[in-house]
Amino acid sequence: MQPILSCRDVRVSFNGFQALQGVNLDVLPQEVRFLIGPNGAGKTTLLDVVCGKTKASDGEVLYRQTENIRKLQEHEIVHLGITRKFQAPSIFANLTVWENLELSLKQKRGLWSVMRAKMTGEDKGKMEAMLLRIGLMEQRHNLAGMLAHGQKQWLEIGMQLMQNPEILLLDEPIAGMSETERHKTGELIHEISETCSVLIVEHDMEFVRNFSKQVTVMHEGKVLCEGTMSEIQQNEQVAEVYLGRRESAC
Amino acid sequence: MDKKKLGYWLFFIALFLGPLYLTEFRLALMGKFLCFAIVALGICLIWGYTGILSLGHGVYFGLGAYCTAMYLKLEAANGQLPDFMEWSGVSALPAFWVPFSNPIFAIGASLLIPALIAAILGFLTFKNRIKGVYFSLISQAVVVVFVTLFVAKQDWTGGTNGLTNFTTFLGFSLASPLVQIALYMMTVIILGASFALAAALTNSRVGRVLSAVRDGENRVRFLGFNPTSYKVFVYSLSAALAGLAGTLFVLQVGLISPAMMGIIPSIEMVLWAAVGGRHSLIGAILGAVIVNSAKSFFSEAYPDIWSIFLGLLFIIVVMFLPNGIVGAFESWNEKREKAKRKGGTADAADSVVS
Ligand SMILES: Nc1ncnc2c1ncn2[C@@H]1O[C@H](COP(=O)(O)OP(=O)(O)OP(=O)(O)O)[C@@H](O)[C@H]1O
Ligand SMILES: [Mg+2]
Repeated sequence: MQPILSCRDVRVSFNGFQALQGVNLDVLPQEVRFLIGPNGAGKTTLLDVVCGKTKASDGEVLYRQTENIRKLQEHEIVHLGITRKFQAPSIFANLTVWENLELSLKQKRGLWSVMRAKMTGEDKGKMEAMLLRIGLMEQRHNLAGMLAHGQKQWLEIGMQLMQNPEILLLDEPIAGMSETERHKTGELIHEISETCSVLIVEHDMEFVRNFSKQVTVMHEGKVLCEGTMSEIQQNEQVAEVYLGRRESAC
Repeated sequence: MDKKKLGYWLFFIALFLGPLYLTEFRLALMGKFLCFAIVALGICLIWGYTGILSLGHGVYFGLGAYCTAMYLKLEAANGQLPDFMEWSGVSALPAFWVPFSNPIFAIGASLLIPALIAAILGFLTFKNRIKGVYFSLISQAVVVVFVTLFVAKQDWTGGTNGLTNFTTFLGFSLASPLVQIALYMMTVIILGASFALAAALTNSRVGRVLSAVRDGENRVRFLGFNPTSYKVFVYSLSAALAGLAGTLFVLQVGLISPAMMGIIPSIEMVLWAAVGGRHSLIGAILGAVIVNSAKSFFSEAYPDIWSIFLGLLFIIVVMFLPNGIVGAFESWNEKREKAKRKGGTADAADSVVS
């Protein structure tokens, strides 16, 4: 199978500090790929590059192997079908749950089109189905800012899914969630992967063990290794990176 | 909800009937305030709903007023050169003045020129992601540029004195009380229409995009929207409203000068929306009327301390009424309803017990 997303020698520097030092990564269609690594490894930065928030200083980010999206603007990348969920819930607190989903509908987003847009029965159906899927049907008329933390996270995932993405980027989606919420989220991610690829950054090793097939380990701006969770656990370099960190922390 | 709508209708009808209960002097003042209310509506759209703080709307108001004033000046000159041009030794009408002898062109220009300048300025700044304080500073710089230009090009603009001494509008004498009443009523109608337009906009999907831009411009990008076009649109719309207000102002007040489009008036415009409540369209209208009523009261009674009062007002609003009068009223109302609901459940519990 051809990868849907390929990073080739991606480099990012922040005022001379090399946050990414030549990252290579392939993501296949409908794959759930976990990205792990110690703090400061550059995981978030890599997602930032893919979604256009941070511009790579060098390298290529190829979508469907042909289109280099490295220089596109954020909204253009979304139009291609790559959406991003940030670590901190970034829903619109002053809009209701329903209105948040309305803005997330897959639609023409030009000013003129939005001005003439009408809510069709089909749109409504999609939004209601999403509300059921993320378990927020009852809260649909509440301001999004009033939701509990886990519900905000789900709303945001729902908002990304409304756009029928090809690739969904998730940054630590279960941080701050309770055990049952974590489990629900894991299942949701699996469901999602039936229709799209998911690239997900996660620190919680138990969650990674339960829900991952392929895992990529990053360290100091580079990809250290790739494989299944059990392969990775046997990798000495990985152990060193994590242990080394633990030792220095002690 | 419908109660609210009824309230708005009553409010505008009461304004419309002003000539029945206001003296000629008060009516003229009210007409002027309602022009300012149109400006405040535009400020409310960009600041309260979209989060763009412009400290330069005086320019758009002034440009609109000048466009119509040029027509009035030419009508008063009756085929000759306008008086101030003769005084400064100009021999022929400058070419850019010529089309302003057509009232439709002049009034159209009073909306479109501000809108166009705002669109250009907005495009250049918003596209380069200049926002917040930086945008406010740029909008002030634009004021300085325009005021300086208008003062310097005395032979074209009338300099510091501005444009005044008008006689007629479309052949009707501006000195006639009936004409002034008609202009007042037209102002109320235009204010009502602008309010309806702004309300429709803010209640639409575009309105929700705008408030999303206010709360998280970058996040909006990740839903696939390009905030630039939305911001340029609403900024330019608010400039057009200011220009329209300028036209109505100059028709009723009979004067426009660079001092009226300067930095202080530009800041006052923001204050109107802040006092009324920048998140509320009706608040912006009320704010413009209340602040200006206070201003005319104070400057009649104590001309020297008006500016001190203005400063105090600003401090009070920022410190105690961050969402203005309407915001304060709303939160008071909410509290009261909550208390009522609590009372209600207590009653229900009582009945269960007994
Ligand atoms: N905007 C920025 N300016 C300067 N340095 C930055 C910036 N963003 C990230 N960095 C640095 O780049 C490195 C990689 O950061 P990144 O956030 O990608 O790490 P991460 O792998 O997501 O870590 P964590 O697990 O803590 O979230 C860090 O050393 C960080 O300090
Ligand atoms: Mg991170």
